Amino acid sequence: MTQLVNDAESIITSPAIGYDQKVRRLAALAVSALPYPALSAACQEALEKRVICDMFEGNRPYTPRYVLPDYAKALRQGVRHLELDPPQDLDDALSFLTILYGHVPSVTTYPVYLGDLDALLEPYVPAEMTDEQLDRTLRRFWIQLDRLLPDAFVHTNLGPADGRVVRSIFRVERSLRQVVPNITLKVDADVTPDSLIEDGVRTVFVTGKPHFVNHPMMVRDHGPEYAAVSCYNSLKIGGGSHTLTRLNLKEAAVRQEGGLEEFLATGLPLWVELTAELMQARITSLVEEQHFFADHFLATEGLIDIDRFSAMFGIFGLAECVAELLAHDGIHDARWGHDTRANDAAYRIVERIADLVAARPQPYCAGGGGAAYLHSQGGIDLDEGVTAGTRIPVTDEPGMREHITACAPLHTHFAAGISDIFHVDQTAVRNPQAMVDIVKGAFAVGMRDFTFNLADNEFIRITGYLVRKSDLVDIDAHGARHGSDYLAAGSERTFHLTDRAVKRVGAHELAPRPGR
Amino acid sequence: MSSLRGLVADTLEFSAVDGPGNRFVVFLQGCTFDCLACHNPYTINPCVDCGECVDQCPSGALTLTPSGVVLWNPDECLQGDHCHAVCRYASSPKARHLAVADLIERIRPAAPFLSGVTVSGGEATMQPHFLRALFDGIKADPTLRTLTCFVDTNGDAPSSTWSLLDPVLDGAMVDLKCLDPAIHVEITGADNTRTLDSIVRLAQDGKLYEVRLLILPGRNDDPELLTATGAWLADIDPRLRIKVIGFRRHGTRPSPIPLVEPTREHLQRCADLVAARGDFVVTVV
Repeated sequence: MTQLVNDAESIITSPAIGYDQKVRRLAALAVSALPYPALSAACQEALEKRVICDMFEGNRPYTPRYVLPDYAKALRQGVRHLELDPPQDLDDALSFLTILYGHVPSVTTYPVYLGDLDALLEPYVPAEMTDEQLDRTLRRFWIQLDRLLPDAFVHTNLGPADGRVVRSIFRVERSLRQVVPNITLKVDADVTPDSLIEDGVRTVFVTGKPHFVNHPMMVRDHGPEYAAVSCYNSLKIGGGSHTLTRLNLKEAAVRQEGGLEEFLATGLPLWVELTAELMQARITSLVEEQHFFADHFLATEGLIDIDRFSAMFGIFGLAECVAELLAHDGIHDARWGHDTRANDAAYRIVERIADLVAARPQPYCAGGGGAAYLHSQGGIDLDEGVTAGTRIPVTDEPGMREHITACAPLHTHFAAGISDIFHVDQTAVRNPQAMVDIVKGAFAVGMRDFTFNLADNEFIRITGYLVRKSDLVDIDAHGARHGSDYLAAGSERTFHLTDRAVKRVGAHELAPRPGR
Repeated sequence: MSSLRGLVADTLEFSAVDGPGNRFVVFLQGCTFDCLACHNPYTINPCVDCGECVDQCPSGALTLTPSGVVLWNPDECLQGDHCHAVCRYASSPKARHLAVADLIERIRPAAPFLSGVTVSGGEATMQPHFLRALFDGIKADPTLRTLTCFVDTNGDAPSSTWSLLDPVLDGAMVDLKCLDPAIHVEITGADNTRTLDSIVRLAQDGKLYEVRLLILPGRNDDPELLTATGAWLADIDPRLRIKVIGFRRHGTRPSPIPLVEPTREHLQRCADLVAARGDFVVTVV
């Protein structure tokens, strides 16, 4: 109790965080005082030693981690709970959505999904409206989003089809240079014109957005109604993810007696089961004790459906895991991304995990066919000495072609997203068509999703979410408007992101450590 | 497939600066010019096996065989380029004779990510039959045939070379070092007649993708000269793509004539003078 009081004290007296942040951190602190759902002793120990991790979502989940409302349905039928009728024109629709966003829960307290805004808004754009008028309207809306939802995990999706709204949004993005919202462009080589991909690439040069996803691969795994949200978690629209639990492959490998074969045969089944147990306990608590789906208007009005939910099974530290296991086998000179022995080990480890996760039933996960989705987890700001997700370690990436070729075989396994990051230098800015070639090539060889990082950009990417370098200066003294800037400041201190080529480690959470 | 071998200085899987889209680049060894501002001077001449670089290599990647040939071992090479720095012949011991098939196999894994292949140098057109064979090989390969085949050239090639390449060449980027013949000799050591003829010929064939003007302040940036250059190019194609490039010292040799890097503003003024006579698409880099 004394610790709780001290933590609360330090939150409310902190000069570096604003009122909104204090409210959220106090709420997180309160949840941390509740008892954890019952776990086995082995699971409890693995959690305490951080071999497995609950992403600091809080001891008792009372909202799904990520919720993707069916905004198209909401626009069609209205929302009774909010006394909103179906909108009649573009202004109505923007107002309707803005109001609804304020009531969409997630682990960050902000909505992580704003809808596929081009497809949602296109029907409301009258033919007589000029591009200038459309830009002006969407510009106002975009500013509203950034100021009302100051969190870089807030995410919209665009494409794969071309249209007036998607073009306008890219123009507005380039002129405003905002952190919010994050953007994903869905790309289907048969549907998306090169000129739209190129428009996306030109926007990357200015704001680091959009992220690119392989639409046909996503449709294969989720059906046509899916979206990439938050830090590139791909989930079903009208559904979402109850929770994210993750396995630290480095820590698992360190504890392995024997090498790769033993890890595949005995180590992974054990660790995957402990991670799955943690996941199951959290899902059950959310659904059966906190009754989220029984009460919330999104569920009662059919804007989300529990049958379109699953949960995300995250893994990270693959690079260190491979090195550790190969060292156990007496191989010391093979690095993930650079050596076929290491690459083959990486593929076998991920395939084994994918099989184990697919074979482990989870309650209330009909969206994933009764099992969790695999997710390559981008890291949080407390992860030191371990590489995010299944990435090749920062500064150790091979040339871009080798990088893509090494990573691509993993992508098929990660229905809930993997998001590798490719670094490009300034020469690409004069030749966006070269980047279009790389986008299309990456998808042709089987990548699911990825992001470009442009050297010397004002925007730096901390795994999926973006911050502006200028927003990190003096954050300890003055605080920040975007909640995600605090996480970035932590990552920046831990990983010196701005000192080297822009790199990527990051977090989703509110405040893993109180008082940060 | 042709068994011809070409003398290849190096290859680069991805390039965003050698023509449209993302391109695989083949740098051939050997050039007809000897430019003061050359930024890869080690590609100008073939190796004469003098052996002076062998002892200079810190990683022992170079050996001189009993028969007097310098051999390069890429597995030992740390790419410190000491061999290039000490070479008195503007050459490199790393250039290798590669067959068309060798290059095709290097291009193949990169192909899904490419708009095409560009052969540069050195001077690409110094090995015209190899160039033709390479492009033939690309066009005949089912997984590569959609790639466009470009050359990056100084234009110093006879008309017969362009005729030879015509069936397989999709486009050319031509460096025009200077319109004025005397200045051209001063900065390249060679006459520009064939370059000018090549530009005209390639434009007529619809294969002139871009003309590049390298600006050396005090040498080839006289306002009247630049205006005349723009007028000459506009006569050929008023909608030409022109890239105006400022001299950069990086990678160049010490020059007997002092060379300075232009300021951004000066470069823009040069570009404006060139552009005044046409409706060009001008890029300044």
